Amino acid sequence: MIGIINYGSGNVQAIANIYNRTNFQYKIIQDPEQLKNVDKLILPGVGDFDETIKVLDSSGLRNALNEEVLVKKKPVLGICVGMQILSNDSEEGTQKGLGWINGNVKKFDILKIKDKPFIPHMGWNNVVPQIKHDLFNKIDIELGFYFVHSYFFQPLSSNNILGTTFYGEEFTSAVFNDNIFGVQFHPEKSHSNGIQLLSNFASI
Amino acid sequence: MLRSRIIPCLLVHNKGLVKTVGFKDAKYVGDPINAVKIFNEKEVDELIVLDIDATVENRPPNYEMIKNLATECRMPFCYGGGITTVEQSKKIIELGAEKIAISSAAVNNPIIIKQIGEAIGVQSVVVIIDLKKRSKLLGGGYDIYTNNGKIKAKVKLNEFIDILNKIGVGEIVVNSIDNDGTMNGYDDAIISLFREKTNYPMTVLGGAGSLDDIKLLISKYKIIGAAAGSLFVFKGKYKAVLINYPNREEKSRLFS
Repeated sequence: MIGIINYGSGNVQAIANIYNRTNFQYKIIQDPEQLKNVDKLILPGVGDFDETIKVLDSSGLRNALNEEVLVKKKPVLGICVGMQILSNDSEEGTQKGLGWINGNVKKFDILKIKDKPFIPHMGWNNVVPQIKHDLFNKIDIELGFYFVHSYFFQPLSSNNILGTTFYGEEFTSAVFNDNIFGVQFHPEKSHSNGIQLLSNFASI
Repeated sequence: MLRSRIIPCLLVHNKGLVKTVGFKDAKYVGDPINAVKIFNEKEVDELIVLDIDATVENRPPNYEMIKNLATECRMPFCYGGGITTVEQSKKIIELGAEKIAISSAAVNNPIIIKQIGEAIGVQSVVVIIDLKKRSKLLGGGYDIYTNNGKIKAKVKLNEFIDILNKIGVGEIVVNSIDNDGTMNGYDDAIISLFREKTNYPMTVLGGAGSLDDIKLLISKYKIIGAAAGSLFVFKGKYKAVLINYPNREEKSRLFS
């Protein structure tokens, strides 16, 4: 059973729509109590860094998630801002991230980007896996994934880099650390690749 | 590398899919959900669906239809038509849409753009600007229209661009009423004006008649959204209804 964390707004439904099409069961989760009934977790990407962290803090989800992910070692997948909050902090805000993967969230340097609209990085782009991992099993590299973001997660250790993408510079578009995964793109909007990746995660 | 987005734009009228010419003469081309299923198979980059009746009939968006479309879409889905409030926008995003598009409401009440952006995230707010060429006798240039091309807006184009630059939007869709359905190519003058005056992600609509039109657009503007209606629902000289979209090889040729 996969638990999709609902911060109160946004694209939870798009992820649920994908799991409705596959044979994986999911639950949409709002309060910490419900975490016990799931064995995997998804942190969707909604809004900005501080806003997302504030919801986790005020709902009591932060402590509960620490327990589920760091102690019980349940696999977790962060998507977009849900990936960025795995870090220590972000140039987008002042709140402390979950700190599950050592690193910081940075804004794209628009001086390195040649053409308008500079930011956000929006549209389809390729993700180049840096190691072989089940999360990217049967992923069609050429098709790529749908992105929309102006900030990206830069892990301190290259051991945490799962995939990279080029936009003005090479940036980290997928991270991992043991049972913790994060992707900057939106698998829930990425055709067969997205369904594949979300299924891969569900099968880990 | 980031690729330009190639985007079918579907119009809904009386619950069916239609294609217009110059915003008139709506021709029935099929069922919206069926079209989405085909566009899923063809792996389209993104999809825009516009309910062209909602604002004109002064009614809210049809959530049942939006829900059905969003449930089916495996790609980013942008819905427009009849949106006037923050609440409506939130509801549409919660149904699984990626973006909401506003046009008449944005022109008549620009502050709503900001309010919706604060509620659902600026990146999800798309402003569609329907433009018609002004006669050279009246000094040329362009006028903004609302209510599906029926009402000429009071605000001047340059003023509205200034407002958008101050307010902050996720994307601008520049739509040429004159070129709609003609399949004679995009209106390059209006595209270059917007590209010069704004830094926002931009999608252009109105006039694409062949993949060459899209290739030309991308070679000039690099990263841009190339939207089209007729091109992706009609085939051949006699405009037989046939949903189509470039395959991977055809697409990669558009970027080279």
